[in-house]
Amino acid sequence: MNRRDFLKGMAGGAGAVAAGGASSAEARPNREPAPEAVAMLFDSTLCVGCKACVTKCKTVNGMPPETRADETLPLWDSAPGLSAKTLNVIQAYTDGTAEVKDRETDGFAFVKRNCMHCVDPGCVSVCPVSAMTKDANNGIVFYDADACIGCRYCVYACPYDVPQFDYASSYGAISKCQFCNQQGVERLDHGLLPGCVEACPTGATLFGTREEMLAEARRRLALTPGSEYQYPRETLDAGLEVPSTVPAYYPKIYGEEQGGGTQVLHLSGVAFDKLGLPILPERSFASRSEGLLHTIYKGMFAPVALFAGVAWFARRNLQRQAQEHAGDPAEADSPRDDAHDDRG
Amino acid sequence: MHRAHPIGGRLVTPFTTLLALLSLIALWVLAQRFVHGLGAVTHLNNGYPWGIWVVFDVVVVTGLACGGYVVAFSVYVANRFQYHPLVRPAMLASLLGYGLGGLGAVVDMGRYLNVYNLVLPGQMNFTSVMLEVALCVAIYILVLTVEASPAFLERFRLHRHQRKLERVMFVFIALGLVLPTMHQSSLGTLLVVLGNQIAPLWQSYELMPLLALLSAAIMGFSILLFEGFFSQLGFRRASEAPLLAAFARPVAWLLVVWLVVRFAELTLRGKLGYAFVPSGLAAAFWLETLLFALPLWVLLSPQRRRRAHLLLVAAVAMILAGAVYRVNAFLIAYATPEGYHYFPSATELSLTIGLVALKILVFIIVVKRFPIISAPARS
Ligand code: SF4
Ligand code: SF4
Ligand code: SF4
Repeated sequence: MNRRDFLKGMAGGAGAVAAGGASSAEARPNREPAPEAVAMLFDSTLCVGCKACVTKCKTVNGMPPETRADETLPLWDSAPGLSAKTLNVIQAYTDGTAEVKDRETDGFAFVKRNCMHCVDPGCVSVCPVSAMTKDANNGIVFYDADACIGCRYCVYACPYDVPQFDYASSYGAISKCQFCNQQGVERLDHGLLPGCVEACPTGATLFGTREEMLAEARRRLALTPGSEYQYPRETLDAGLEVPSTVPAYYPKIYGEEQGGGTQVLHLSGVAFDKLGLPILPERSFASRSEGLLHTIYKGMFAPVALFAGVAWFARRNLQRQAQEHAGDPAEADSPRDDAHDDRG
Repeated sequence: MHRAHPIGGRLVTPFTTLLALLSLIALWVLAQRFVHGLGAVTHLNNGYPWGIWVVFDVVVVTGLACGGYVVAFSVYVANRFQYHPLVRPAMLASLLGYGLGGLGAVVDMGRYLNVYNLVLPGQMNFTSVMLEVALCVAIYILVLTVEASPAFLERFRLHRHQRKLERVMFVFIALGLVLPTMHQSSLGTLLVVLGNQIAPLWQSYELMPLLALLSAAIMGFSILLFEGFFSQLGFRRASEAPLLAAFARPVAWLLVVWLVVRFAELTLRGKLGYAFVPSGLAAAFWLETLLFALPLWVLLSPQRRRRAHLLLVAAVAMILAGAVYRVNAFLIAYATPEGYHYFPSATELSLTIGLVALKILVFIIVVKRFPIISAPARS
């Protein structure tokens, strides 16, 4: 084998990887929503920032309040963001003088942050030990601390910065919203509402199937701003309507298509990126990553072929080398005399 | 005479004492980490869940441990047996490097007692790039152990075993080429799922595995050049410079391919503009690119690449280039929500430094007592 082959061989190996990359584009489409996907519709224009949902979430899930550094007694919760102790939080967007609610300039708006229960979740795709799973029926993304190895790839990969690892503990775990239906809580299984939905006094956080929530969101976007609308509370058919004036909505449903879609949908009076929601393409990054991985490793064909190829070369070259040194056992493991030539 | 011999000499020197001290400090940090948890010894947070224990100890160090990978390719596949003297030191260095990487990964694991789930078929998630990397690296460490074992079998006069092993060695050599190709490219694939959380200058999606593999090969060659000079100075061996200079050609090609792929991707996807927006990211990009381009000045010139010290400069530049690329892609380019910052803590750094010191210490002890290095002593 001469230098040309040497380089060709190197290029060939890299080429196989590159080819895998080039042809992966459609290898794995986005996941479809689960058949009975449950959902939450958060309407930022209805949220008054009372944080009743934050407190209720803590009670239901048995999480301690998070106090500010200058508070000595842990009396009430002042969690600024998601953390190992906080699965749900209300955050605010403000601009300038922050005079008018749901206005981008000199205005403010609230946003609820909890796990989005992605239709095609990155956390589930990346978890090496299936500690993150998506329920095949209701689509809830669950976490299993007994399986989790604590690699924090899910923390790194989630586009919404949702999973929170507890670094303060000597043997921490991940915290994230599990729609109040994880083992030991199981509110949905018992016919109850998620804690945050039950606590919401204005109907800003609504619960139902993903289909129902999408239909309700579309209905609201079609309303005339300034008209009256009977906003449902808790669920669409709980009979708990609150009349309210329709605001000027930002004309999109966040979570319908974004990043492959989510089971927590947002409506807002301001652009979504103002609320800190990431702008994602329709094709989920999980599908793109899995498509690439599956193209390279399809049936393990490429690795096995590579193995066979290099094994053949190595065996042949080793045998030739041994023949050259036949009858000279002392030299069997030593280089040729031209070891220092410089053809390379 | 090119047979490998133990270098001999005293094990306790001021340098090895320093290395031992640094290793002891690392041991102390290790104890702290397991008693008090990750938060007590690191600056990790939920904005930066991966710090230097992952990005340096695993991602960069295993790249630098690719010396064995490129030597095995050159010798056994490209049939360049004149490099055979490099096989033993390279395999030993790779084994120690990957061992360090594996240890770093376990130390960083928040729930290490659950690690066995990685091999439970019911728990394994085959869509996870992390699973592929973890299993592949674990198997490769075993393969490297076999590949590095002839020196030890020889030292303990287990010639029968050595001969038996040599008959099937080609299987391990082949595995030792396939496995790094898989997991080194997958180190790039790891970032694809992060999507636009990785800045456009580094997020190249389907090209990530190719770039990661190229950087592994470049780092592998550069560490060979570097270790060649290290053994020449440290162990007073005859210069391997002429032999090493022969690597200049393939490495130069790799660098050219790297620059072409990188800039073609940035140009075709219309992202090159980001490199000219004054920002920390652009500075990081140009530093990285400079480190990849500068060695070409040495490597493409037949005169300059014969000059030992210039070759050393090129090697160091390429080591840094690979390391900077990987740190850039995993940490610098990672967009994190406002309010999070990360710079490794003193204890975090001392574990990383101590593990590297331990690796060098073991390497020195082994080459002094076992037949690893074949270059004759300098007269
Ligand atoms: S928001 Fe994050 S944690 Fe929740 S399902 Fe999506 S990827 Fe997973
Ligand atoms: S931290 Fe746990 S849940 Fe998250 S990816 Fe790693 S093993 Fe899975
Ligand atoms: S569904 Fe339950 S866990 Fe999730 S945010 Fe609401 S109250 Fe909290």
